[in-house]
Amino acid sequence: MHRFSSTIHGWLLLLPAMALLVLFTHWPALATLIDSFYSTPRQRRAPVFVGLENYRVIVDDPVFWQALSNNLWFALGTIPVSIGLALLMALWVNDRIAGRTIVRMAYFTPTVLPMIAVANIWLFFYTPQYGLLAQVLSAFGGSSQNWLGSKDTALICVTIVAIWKEAGFFMIFYLAALQQIPPNLGEAAALEGASRLYFFRRVQFPLLMPTTLFVLVNAVINAFRMVDHIIVMTRGGPDNATSLLLFRVYELGFSFWDTALAAAMTVVLLVGLALLALGQYVFLEKRIHYR
Amino acid sequence: MLETGAAWLLAFLWILPLLYAVWTAFHPPEFSARFTPLAPLTLENFSRAWAAAPFARYFLNTFMLVTLILGSQLVLCTLAAYAFARHTFPGSGIAFALVLAQLMIMPDVLIVENYKTMNKLGILDSIPAIALPYVASAFGVFLLRQTFKTVPKELDDAARVEGAGSLQTLLRVYVPLAKPVYLAYGLVSVSYHWNNFLWPLIVTSSVESRPLTVGLQVFSSTDQGIDWSIICAATLLTSAPLLIAFLLFQRQFVQSFMRAGIR
Repeated sequence: MHRFSSTIHGWLLLLPAMALLVLFTHWPALATLIDSFYSTPRQRRAPVFVGLENYRVIVDDPVFWQALSNNLWFALGTIPVSIGLALLMALWVNDRIAGRTIVRMAYFTPTVLPMIAVANIWLFFYTPQYGLLAQVLSAFGGSSQNWLGSKDTALICVTIVAIWKEAGFFMIFYLAALQQIPPNLGEAAALEGASRLYFFRRVQFPLLMPTTLFVLVNAVINAFRMVDHIIVMTRGGPDNATSLLLFRVYELGFSFWDTALAAAMTVVLLVGLALLALGQYVFLEKRIHYR
Repeated sequence: MLETGAAWLLAFLWILPLLYAVWTAFHPPEFSARFTPLAPLTLENFSRAWAAAPFARYFLNTFMLVTLILGSQLVLCTLAAYAFARHTFPGSGIAFALVLAQLMIMPDVLIVENYKTMNKLGILDSIPAIALPYVASAFGVFLLRQTFKTVPKELDDAARVEGAGSLQTLLRVYVPLAKPVYLAYGLVSVSYHWNNFLWPLIVTSSVESRPLTVGLQVFSSTDQGIDWSIICAATLLTSAPLLIAFLLFQRQFVQSFMRAGIR
């Protein structure tokens, strides 16, 4: 009897959250998959089953491959650099340097600002002739360049913005982990005459491993989710040079209103994320134990 | 010494875009890219930006949005977390896995189908439509479940001996003990949804439902050509509440983000 009431209780408590999850996560994920096998409904034409046609269109579309390669470069640029900088920032702020409260605040500030707002500021930053970057460079005798308007530099520019936005956020997790390391380890190392670098390499870094993996998971997901600054700064251009996968979903779905293609594109993105998650899970499993 | 210098240099670089925006916003347009120390200060840009777009309405919308989301998240996630932490029932393992699936299949990615759903529900272009996909937060459920699990079973038993029911025990024992976690989750949630952009951009189309971020984008991309002074003023305006809250409660903010991260 008690067991039965516990079951009822448990499911009743769960019901509201579960209903919304099914409605706005599980069902749409499934519906995306189904819709990706149908044609886009147009005014008087109902969707018809087209099999893998949408996927064929995507694979034949050079813009998809461009977005994929852009996204991989974007990920390769943001993930290691922002994690590396975050670690460096945390180590500095953790040491008793002068004015560390202010320094920590400066590092963390980008995290609380809306991406859309800071993208506006960076847009101004990169403006040819007029922007700060152009002015600094011309002071050193460099020539003015259209950073966001050139295919060679636009992707790097938006990558830098993402790194700037994320590093301070990841720093927080390293800082939390560093503060968990018992101070007597550092004292012992100092007594033994170990160098700062040696202490970092042999003590701090291994102890930070779980944090690094946690931050890595977040960084990977973010690399495929961040598109706000793309919408503000470049709208995927010039000539799709800064188009990312999620931006392409947005473009197909809400600029071209081709919802079937957008659905197929979403499936590609979700499968990619699932594979990455699976890979990380296999990799993480040995190292981190959740209770 | 060298390290301190490098740390400060990086800090300067990190805060530079913000300083730049502050400079431009508080000076007349002709000084927007000229850095002469004695340039006259002005609040003109802010008043012009405020007058050029319905920012008061956008502020109200964002405020209602984050309140609605956080309020519903707290209730739903608390109930679900309590179920997972203290009830053993068949199917709880699968249910928990289904909840955690949202950590990877984020609402941000399911924009196409969620748009269709909102359309069918007939609530496109409304604040609840922006909020709904985020209300059942897997992150919140997970965080609170972990916290509730650390509550000693004896406290639970004691409350029940005194005749408290399941919900009363939750409210009297678990919720008060989890206060710091609620604060942490609240700060993370509010700053996330204050700043969220893509989904609100898609699902809203009128001044009555647009949050600040979308309002700012509409304002700076169409209304204004490229008057950077006004755009910078508007940008600072939209970020100001969070920024000021952050400066005032820096310690709590940092600790909250830390707490939310240690799982």
